[in-house]
Amino acid sequence: MAYKRQIDRLPIIPADADEFNVSCHYCIVGCGYKAYTWPMNKQGGTAPSENKFGVDLSEQQFMESEAWYAPSMYNIVKQNGRDVHLVVKPDANCVVNSGLGSIRGARMAENRPSRVTGTQQQRLSDPMVWRNGVWQPTSWDDALDLVARVTAKVVMQGSEDDIVVSMFDHGGSAGGYENTWGTGKLYFDSMKIKNCRIHNRPAYNSEVHSSRDMGVDELNYAYEDYTLTDTIFMVGANSMETQTNLYLNHMVPGLQNGAKMIVVDPRRTLTIASSEQYAGPENVLHLAIKEGTDMALFNALMTHIVDQGWVDSDFITKSTFQGGEAVEQDAAHPAGLGSLDYAMQTCRTSLDEAAEICGVPAADIRQAAEWIAQPHDDGSRRKCVTCYEKGIIWGNDNYRTIGALVNIALATGNVGREGGGVCRLGGHQEGYFRPSEAHVGRPAEYIDQFLIRGLGGVHHIWACDHYKTTLNASEFKRVHKRRSDMVKDAIDMAAGGTREQVVDAIVSAINAGGLFVVDVDIIHSQIGQNAHVILPACESNEMNLTSMNGERRLRLSEKYMDPFGNSKPDALIAAGIAQHMERVLREMGEDAYADQFKGYDWETEEDAFMDGYGSAHTDVTYERLRAAGNNGVQEPVLGYEDGQLVGTPRLYTDGVFTRHGREDGKALFCAAGWRGWQAPGKAREQAAHRFWINNVRANIFWQNQFLDQDNDFVQDRYPHPFVEMHPDDMVDLGLNPGDLLEIINDNGVTQGMAYPMPTLKQNTVAMVFGSPAGSQGNVVNPGVNELVLPDYKHCWGDIRKISDATEQTRNISFKSHEIML
Amino acid sequence: MKCNRLVDAGRRQFLRGGMMATAGAVASTVMTPEQAKAQAQGLARVDYPANRLANVADLEVNEPLDVSYPDPDSPGVLLKLGQAVEGGVGPDGDIVAFSVLCPHKGWMMSYSADDKTLNCPGHHSRFDCESGGQQIWGHATSNLAQFQLSVDDDGEIFANGVDELIYGRLSNVL
Ligand code: SF4
Ligand code: FES
Repeated sequence: MAYKRQIDRLPIIPADADEFNVSCHYCIVGCGYKAYTWPMNKQGGTAPSENKFGVDLSEQQFMESEAWYAPSMYNIVKQNGRDVHLVVKPDANCVVNSGLGSIRGARMAENRPSRVTGTQQQRLSDPMVWRNGVWQPTSWDDALDLVARVTAKVVMQGSEDDIVVSMFDHGGSAGGYENTWGTGKLYFDSMKIKNCRIHNRPAYNSEVHSSRDMGVDELNYAYEDYTLTDTIFMVGANSMETQTNLYLNHMVPGLQNGAKMIVVDPRRTLTIASSEQYAGPENVLHLAIKEGTDMALFNALMTHIVDQGWVDSDFITKSTFQGGEAVEQDAAHPAGLGSLDYAMQTCRTSLDEAAEICGVPAADIRQAAEWIAQPHDDGSRRKCVTCYEKGIIWGNDNYRTIGALVNIALATGNVGREGGGVCRLGGHQEGYFRPSEAHVGRPAEYIDQFLIRGLGGVHHIWACDHYKTTLNASEFKRVHKRRSDMVKDAIDMAAGGTREQVVDAIVSAINAGGLFVVDVDIIHSQIGQNAHVILPACESNEMNLTSMNGERRLRLSEKYMDPFGNSKPDALIAAGIAQHMERVLREMGEDAYADQFKGYDWETEEDAFMDGYGSAHTDVTYERLRAAGNNGVQEPVLGYEDGQLVGTPRLYTDGVFTRHGREDGKALFCAAGWRGWQAPGKAREQAAHRFWINNVRANIFWQNQFLDQDNDFVQDRYPHPFVEMHPDDMVDLGLNPGDLLEIINDNGVTQGMAYPMPTLKQNTVAMVFGSPAGSQGNVVNPGVNELVLPDYKHCWGDIRKISDATEQTRNISFKSHEIML
Repeated sequence: MKCNRLVDAGRRQFLRGGMMATAGAVASTVMTPEQAKAQAQGLARVDYPANRLANVADLEVNEPLDVSYPDPDSPGVLLKLGQAVEGGVGPDGDIVAFSVLCPHKGWMMSYSADDKTLNCPGHHSRFDCESGGQQIWGHATSNLAQFQLSVDDDGEIFANGVDELIYGRLSNVL
């Protein structure tokens, strides 16, 4: 039976409850929510004067009512040391979501840690160190002293290159301008750490190098462009599920205004199904290309548009480079960049050639080109907004493929104009402010391979769980565990020794190939099982946190509750590490190096914000952001006038392109030459196995389920990672719905639960990414592009049944996800 | 069989402005909100009325019957699924009832006889009537509120409780 909360009523928010601005800390859309808190021994009443909504709550409220909240939007949390009632509900006045919640965001309250209601008891409350075979809770000073002593000793005996850092670079969650600055200052200013990587990829690099090299920042539009456009061109994304309220509150109104929709995806997604409902199937074109062939499709679209003369000549003349080649292809540039003519020499692809490569009819490609660029009957230009995400970011030949897509937007003048834009859709919000990472180099070090090769001695991990979210994960885990176990054994052997003796034992183990692991996270993660020191962090709303969403909308999401136990904001944890490093280095007589760790006397996250972001954006303060509320201000902020921050609705309205740093302000086209599978090993793997294992997301989970793994509503729906398969393939393999299966290839093995999905192509499966109960990364090969961007999306394997459906899986619903109206 | 597109203006309007649903047969005995309110006061949990919804003889397999529970302002659907399901009542263990207000934003859902699901025209959430109202896919943060049923010797079907908060009310009994 489906999970039911058995809640028959909820406390009513009193009229005088405290109110806080919240931007959802899950996906990039950053929907506005309001948090309300009030003391335990108080409650509002049903009379209009007695509740926050001013309505009669003894009556049924109608659809889309502001005066209702679900049980998932309620909790009891600590605020200034006292238990309070909490409601977190969508904000009807926020322009991003207009009161819509999603299955992720509308569970924010329920996913708060509460000792009273028992939610999220997996949250870390205290620092822990590995002692006598267990993780022992301890004081911050004890834990940070050990971190600093081992880190300092390893650096002094070798160099900073022996320190490996995995760190988030995002907004929302526990990221944001405060925490990217705290960690950034520690590792890129006090130290110059070169061997670092980001939470979701094995190097410290951009996911969209080519767009930036072409001069085009990847977040250049406003969400309202979807309502102003003629055509929405979506590639490798499924916004109904993963940017839900961007789809519902901006794309759907666009479709209802008559916009056409083109979706490039090998799989029929729910975005396609829903768009057919909203716009009519005749206005939705699905290009179900063969996996990994996007670039050939884009090149054919571009060629057809150029040949038909549907380009924006004025824009090309004024805003794009004219003199042939501008940037040569080299180790840091997987394709040459230059003028339109220059790029076309490489990109030229006929509709028929693309049809052959991509496996879709040439007529459909022509149709797409017409919807993108053919002028209207009255001769006016057609507006097209282009959006893309992991399908090509984590796809084949990242640099050239994204370049080929941005080419189309540039050629048709669809950047910096209403109803235009060429943007990634995004995962988390953004909130990046760090010192220069130029010392990391380009291409950056492939960190997973660096660790696998036995290099590096200390691994600081900040809110990353590579066990669930890296490629080649089977091997990575094997090596990471072996190396960290060497250090655990050394600590156990030194039991009873002084701190100095324990540190010496750890360093000896490191010198013998071991790895000392410090894990900073909000929960005890899977990679945290290898940690020797665990430092508990807090999240957005347990601290004040600033981020910008997918249209660069900057908001302050306010603190409404205490951090759980003794956990702290990452920025302040980084400051603590720096302060202990300074102290320990001074003790070691390393005064000059110790001096580099000064400048962390932050009391609060606001101090960290002002030290970093605030120092470069002097108009922006917490107070002004608080006043700007859930609508915030779109970055870049231009000033402060009449009591309001002045922002920038869309970039490049002046036709001057700057992201590449070129003084001429001219955008560049990308010579995106098609070369089949770019990453090593992909072609061989494809030939060797029956199933393409598509790595997908689902709306119900936030990222790798780090909170959802402890949420009964979510786990009841999918007790195991789903592996969607065509029913005929299931019959072929003797699989019934809910049966457990293994996916096997040369890289490793992973496991999940068979879920029939009649809309899938045969011999492909769609497996949910990053599940704690079965990591898809186990079977993804180590192949990356020249700039170390992983190709997570392309992975092939064979499937075999391991068990009949379990008690848990047998009773869930296995019906199709598509609406039946 | 009722049309899958159960979107006739009257039924939709019900939610915007409090007009009673008219499509299909309607439950007979229900408490007035005043009676229900009197029961709700002073107790830790609300006290649900036992309301007659229909008789087993009124039901045909896979033909939804409009009902409301615990009061006329909370529309629901009574179903005989044709196959026993967990929580199902009646001689065949296949009779269930659900709220038809989508727990996402309260749009009125329609029944698809093709796959025995309730579907929301608002933002396309779907609930499985054969799996206790589990959300198959959607935006709601709960599964669908199901009305707890019992059947007496005369085949009279009563609703006696609800297992989730019904959309649009902060107390299931107003
Ligand atoms: S769409 Fe994204 S930002 Fe909005 S509520 Fe859902 S998870 Fe949060
Ligand atoms: S109201 Fe039903 S899906 Fe939104």
